[in-house]
Amino acid sequence: MEAISTAQKAASLSQRFGFAEHLGRAALDLKPSVIDTLQINITKLCNQACVHCHVDASPRRREMMSDAVIQQVLEVLKANPSLQKLDITGGAPELHPRFRMIVEAARALGRTVMVRHNLTVTLDPHPISGESLQDLPDFFAEQGLVVISSLPYHQSYFTDKQRGAGVFDKSLESIRRLNQVGYGQPGTGLELHLVYNPVGAFLPASQASLEADYKQELWQHHGLVFNQLFALTNMPIHRFKVQLKKNDGYENYMEKLVGAFNPSAAQGIMCRSLISVAYDGQLYDCDFNQMLNLPLKCHGESRSIFDFHTTELQERSIQVADHCFGCTAGAGSSCGGNTIKQ
Amino acid sequence: MSYYESKDLKRFAEVGQFRPELMEKFFAYYNAVVGEDGALTKREKALIALAVSHVKQCPYCIDAYTTACLENGSNPEQMTEAIHVGAAMEAGINLVHAVQMQNAMRDKGAL
Repeated sequence: MEAISTAQKAASLSQRFGFAEHLGRAALDLKPSVIDTLQINITKLCNQACVHCHVDASPRRREMMSDAVIQQVLEVLKANPSLQKLDITGGAPELHPRFRMIVEAARALGRTVMVRHNLTVTLDPHPISGESLQDLPDFFAEQGLVVISSLPYHQSYFTDKQRGAGVFDKSLESIRRLNQVGYGQPGTGLELHLVYNPVGAFLPASQASLEADYKQELWQHHGLVFNQLFALTNMPIHRFKVQLKKNDGYENYMEKLVGAFNPSAAQGIMCRSLISVAYDGQLYDCDFNQMLNLPLKCHGESRSIFDFHTTELQERSIQVADHCFGCTAGAGSSCGGNTIKQ
Repeated sequence: MSYYESKDLKRFAEVGQFRPELMEKFFAYYNAVVGEDGALTKREKALIALAVSHVKQCPYCIDAYTTACLENGSNPEQMTEAIHVGAAMEAGINLVHAVQMQNAMRDKGAL
């Protein structure tokens, strides 16, 4: 079976730059590896509306994962011990009314639970109910969640340009509160990882050098600590693509990504080890494909969380298009940062 | 249409259409100097190159080294400071030549 298939049917997806051909020329046959992560996107509601957001999340979005889908996610976790990690994303997933129940249930099943936490949601009122979420750091610590938070730079200029005015200061306050309950502190086992992504149409610097800068700057100027920095490449889809096209820079950016195609980085791409679940239960190869409406295919058919079969998913062909060059450029890019270790 | 077109930068290697061995030597030297960490990091080298790009006022280089600085983790404050170093050097180079002016004035008995 062909392990990677191009998404010819999705008219909006460009194949012009030939991702599958690049894999072929590099003699790469990327089959799914051991699927150990279920990534669930439980809402597109967010307290922020960042210029690079590939989800197009904002305070006006209302998509929420239903109780039936949530129950089935938990059933799938229970029935598949190989799914060791539950990665909860959004939007701001903490704004979903069942967020805490999902976390508690998954932790009770012994799974590692990661939350894609935007930091400011702790300090902003809930966009719909107005309720305060200031007890989130305590909840995270009680449950032993792995917290992964975007902070586009260790200074305000790049951070606020990308995520909105005042976000940098609020993010620091939120990190301070996470540090106070033990996150990022040696010996606590509570992991806080930060995420860097470039503010514009350029590739990230080396993850190791950025991490060293972040650690020095955040400690020296703000007395803050964290565990690891993940350097991500901007994906040329949705809001970032609109921005590129507006600046007449889409072609140049794509050429940059294609020119930086790295077969070693391609081998570690995240779609090989995770399944992405949309709020409506539909399954995807990754969160980017989810946002591009490119469902995963088993035997030519899409699947939902209600027909989740590990063996079948293990044998599927991964759906690819030009945006996949975003994950294979340079040192590679995934939800956990570089796909090759430096 | 201007003499400088950003897309022309990608055609740099075409200069090697004639005497290609010389361009190969140049690119090997160039990449060894600026493309690798050495006693200076790539980030430091890119900042030096950005300053030189401005001093020499080369649009190709400014474009390329703005990107290189960002892709090596520099921020706008560091990049602007590098350009000020170049500007300060140029101002200093102008001003120190006033000693020549004063020498000439002295020769003429005007100082």
